[in-house]
Amino acid sequence: MIYEGKQKIWQDYQKEIPDDHWYFVRSCIRQNFFPGSEHMFTEITQKVLGRDMYENPYHTTCGGIAYHCDTLPQETAMTIVARQFALMTEAGYENYVASCITSFGNYVEILETWHEFPELEARIRELLWTSCKREFRKPKYLAHTSDLIYHWRNEIAEKAKVRLVDCHTGAPLRMAEHIGCHYAKMFPSKGVGGAEYPYVLAGMIESWGGQVVDYPERRHCCGYGFRQYHMQANRGYCVSNTHKKFESMEPYGIQAILTNCPGCAYFMDRWQYVIAEQTGKTYGPDGFGIPVLTYEELAGLVLGYNPWDLGLQLHQVAVEPLLDTLGVPYDPDAKYLGLNKEDLLRPELPKNLKCF
Amino acid sequence: MTDFGFTLSRSATVDLDRVDRSRYERLVALAPDARICMNCGSCGATCTAAPFSGMSLRKVLLGLQRGQDVRPLLDSCMLCGKCTMVCPRGINTRRLILSLSKVYD
Repeated sequence: MIYEGKQKIWQDYQKEIPDDHWYFVRSCIRQNFFPGSEHMFTEITQKVLGRDMYENPYHTTCGGIAYHCDTLPQETAMTIVARQFALMTEAGYENYVASCITSFGNYVEILETWHEFPELEARIRELLWTSCKREFRKPKYLAHTSDLIYHWRNEIAEKAKVRLVDCHTGAPLRMAEHIGCHYAKMFPSKGVGGAEYPYVLAGMIESWGGQVVDYPERRHCCGYGFRQYHMQANRGYCVSNTHKKFESMEPYGIQAILTNCPGCAYFMDRWQYVIAEQTGKTYGPDGFGIPVLTYEELAGLVLGYNPWDLGLQLHQVAVEPLLDTLGVPYDPDAKYLGLNKEDLLRPELPKNLKCF
Repeated sequence: MTDFGFTLSRSATVDLDRVDRSRYERLVALAPDARICMNCGSCGATCTAAPFSGMSLRKVLLGLQRGQDVRPLLDSCMLCGKCTMVCPRGINTRRLILSLSKVYD
């Protein structure tokens, strides 16, 4: 093997990520599914790492969810995106970071379409001016929030209070990583490691002390697929894909799953309940499931935040066995207490999937 | 079982470590020619019964290797022998079909 040649090839799979001054946009669904995640991103980047992460309260959905559900045409999504870029331009930023994988894919797709069809970009500029009286510059750098956490992973590791290590045995935590399809499968050059060697989540796990476990269906879709889920008649296809992944990872003793896509985190977590109710089968030890974490939740755990402040009580799969494995302290009685100790009420427990 | 209004679909994945290949092994013992089939599909392309029944000797052999029940396909074979004439590996396909009926006895 010629090492220099390998190095040169690997360079083609890297992504340039500026270190500071980002304009941040949220996901439309993550705040409902995993409400602690986006808060933790701004908390970590601004307060722990001291970076400039600007957020405009007037930004909206990117339109990607409706575009991928075939409920609005691409020109409409483009005009929504053009308004988002206009807000960034008005704020004086040129680095744009999106919290959602589908948003990221949507932005990349639109920028590439405008590059190939400049007349379409001109038409969208006209539409934006007609509807909002706004103008925009295209972002100089476009990233997904997991790119930034990946970029700062070693800095986070230096400040870590918890390592991804089994505190009872000293062995690295065995983790699977699952990357959203819209991250690098559509435009491989826009993601860290491309579509063939995506390293964005694996890099975090390795930096924070864990072990990345490979399994046959590692790159299979989580099953969400937008129309597969949003049309109830297709949901069997959606859950079957998730089932296929879990069947594939079962022999490898995976202790936690890390994802960077809102849909993947949600469905790989919630479908474990549906699979358990339909088949009686669970994939974690002793009747529990395998916890599915977002990268902000994992970074928050590593940095020593209270698990209930990270929103881990809103997961379907119980996270307590994972917290015990990592040696993370938590108060079981405070699990369903919200801000100012307000009682959030306890959810009904499933029959087959063990939860607290 | 909770009714969600939808259910898991059966996976099309064939796990060769789990399927029952005993019938295929019995066929090979009776007609060793089965091993030299290269799945070219000439037999299926010339089969008189194929347009009406989906019969194909290739499908039959692959089904057996994957532990599937191939009897419905066998029932539609008329033993006309066209597949024997076109087989590039010279397999006596008619004998193969007759041996298969013994496997299912």
